[in-house]
Amino acid sequence: MKLRTLTLGLLSASALAFAAHAESITIATVNNGDMVRMQKLTDDFTKANPDIQLNWVTLEENVLRERVTTDIATKGGQYDVMTIGTYEVPIWAKQSWLLPLDKLGDDYDVKDIIPAIAGGLSVDGKLYAAPFYGESSFVMYRKDLMEKAGLKMPDAPTWDFIKQAADKMTDRANGVNGVCLRGKAGWGENMAFLTAMSNSFGARWFDENWKPQFDQPEWKNTLQFYVDLMKADGPEGASSNGFNENLALFQQGKCGMWIDATVAASFVSDPKASKVADKVGYALAPDNGLGKRGNWLWAWSLAIPAGTQKADAAEKFVSWATSKHYLELVASKEGWANVPPGTRSSLYANPEYQKAAPFAKMTLDSINAADPTHPTVKPVPYVGVQFVAIPEFQGLGTTVGQLFSAALAGQSSVDDALKQAQDAATAAMTEGGYIK
Amino acid sequence: MARAVTTQHKTIATAAAWIVALLIFFPILYTIITSFKSEQEAIQGFALIPSGTMESYAEVQAQSGYFKFFLNSVILSVGSTLLAILIAVPAAWSMAFSPTKRTKDILMWMLSTKMMPAVAVLFPIYLIFRDTGLLDSRVGLTVMLMLINLPIVVWMLYTYFREIPGEILEAARMDGASLWNEIIYVLTPMAVPGIASTMLLNIILAWNEAFWTIRLTTTNAAPLTAFISSFSSPQGLFWAKLSAASTLAIAPILIMGWFSQKQLVRGLTFGAVK
Repeated sequence: MKLRTLTLGLLSASALAFAAHAESITIATVNNGDMVRMQKLTDDFTKANPDIQLNWVTLEENVLRERVTTDIATKGGQYDVMTIGTYEVPIWAKQSWLLPLDKLGDDYDVKDIIPAIAGGLSVDGKLYAAPFYGESSFVMYRKDLMEKAGLKMPDAPTWDFIKQAADKMTDRANGVNGVCLRGKAGWGENMAFLTAMSNSFGARWFDENWKPQFDQPEWKNTLQFYVDLMKADGPEGASSNGFNENLALFQQGKCGMWIDATVAASFVSDPKASKVADKVGYALAPDNGLGKRGNWLWAWSLAIPAGTQKADAAEKFVSWATSKHYLELVASKEGWANVPPGTRSSLYANPEYQKAAPFAKMTLDSINAADPTHPTVKPVPYVGVQFVAIPEFQGLGTTVGQLFSAALAGQSSVDDALKQAQDAATAAMTEGGYIK
Repeated sequence: MARAVTTQHKTIATAAAWIVALLIFFPILYTIITSFKSEQEAIQGFALIPSGTMESYAEVQAQSGYFKFFLNSVILSVGSTLLAILIAVPAAWSMAFSPTKRTKDILMWMLSTKMMPAVAVLFPIYLIFRDTGLLDSRVGLTVMLMLINLPIVVWMLYTYFREIPGEILEAARMDGASLWNEIIYVLTPMAVPGIASTMLLNIILAWNEAFWTIRLTTTNAAPLTAFISSFSSPQGLFWAKLSAASTLAIAPILIMGWFSQKQLVRGLTFGAVK
């Protein structure tokens, strides 16, 4: 009996010792297809690093944002790797909340990261987050409906062409809407689209002195064009449509055109999910001849919070998940079409990828057409294409988003919405100490 | 004639009750229906007959194991309930049987803590949890859930105890029962229906609590609310999978509620005739 107890004790002690030896890191992420795939492929990482265990926390995007913000602001140390976007990185890096990524390894090839993406994730020349997948936005359109309308989509259309094509494609009797655009209120929903669109109309959120610009004619032109276009050619109830709602509409053949994230291309061209998979064409986001296009830039990226106790293990993981090797691993297991897009130049030079992803060139061109450090026609004091990288933007962007969504729904006029947006922005900027 | 009217009234009342019950239950029913659809079916608009595929359940289980979250939910909801009962029974006893001038104020004050939005105290609580090492621990979350539901538990028990005639307790005292004997052997058996329904309700409340259980946990103590939250996606279709995760999460509590509904209703309407 005593011997048994002793053996059991020894066994559990050695188990404990082993468990203590293996370092476990906690990774917070969102439930997007590419992230879910990464979780399935982590055997490759743990085989090479048997002393590191991975714990995953997957959360809904807004909950994740709130959760990691709480943790990082209080230095709670609950996470060792965080999935964050291009909006957070410049703000958090300036607060010294993130560790710079300077030990990614010799064969990591930082220079291979697409410059536009790397620029959005760097502060003072230092990389603070490694891109896991990057996206811009572009036009996805139905080639068959375009042909029926007697038009040909140029590679780089103008907004006037989009309006003309949408008018001709709209066939409400048959459930076809000329164009589907985001209308659901939120800084990352309708305001991502409208802010990027406003750049091509020459508008800007703030002038060089942080004075809000919603009282300027450029914003009026943007919002009026958007509301008129959607009223004439958009789907019913557009003011509650976000990415997923429009994706569903497009996949069911109810949209002639859809201007949204480049990552949507792999969904709409998937024959298992989309009724129109073989009829989709791609073009750059529209412009107005002012030198800026209405496309955004975003990268879901992996960053290491300053509060972590396991920085080395965390950086090893970040390096693995955003490496060239990882892209090849996904390609070997699930095919090139499923490789996370938009992060490395070498991927776009790969003929196998070009063959598997017909939207590859247009995605790269769109990403390259966005410049987060010079996003607008007129100069601005902020970084960010479809957002303004200041902490106040989440709240303000959503407030303005609600006003614009109401204008789309017909609950208020364009002029009223802009006036209220100007007031809200002025109040927020005054409170934040940007203006007096 | 009078008899016919009564029957007619009864039929109408029954039909109305069924309609209201169906309306209330419909969102849950539709979640269950959607969980047996494929993602494509789920977005294609309203349909009551699913294709019956189990693919969402398989994917949900493969993506994140259900049982770890389930076990945490059980531990947290049962643990916090037992702890709350342990504290609330003496509190409610003293207020019901030896009320003072301030008893009503104390009761109101306890309830007033429920009136503040939880997010207002997120940072202080988070810092306390961080400094005491309670983040992502079952112990910390059990205490948290207990504290959240304690006012309701005290209020419910207080209401039940007030229905028990004080003379019975006096009689016990005259027979020489000590305070604890009085609570354990006289009061508790009489209040069993009330305590049981309070516990059931508290388990349901703790099971469904989604603010603190998501914000104070990461992996070790995460219950089913965190499990559900992980299936919503900003880019991609997820309704069927989310429905499957939700169905799995509510199934245990739904079954428990079904079996204990008599007890629950009796407890909740205890003393309502007065």
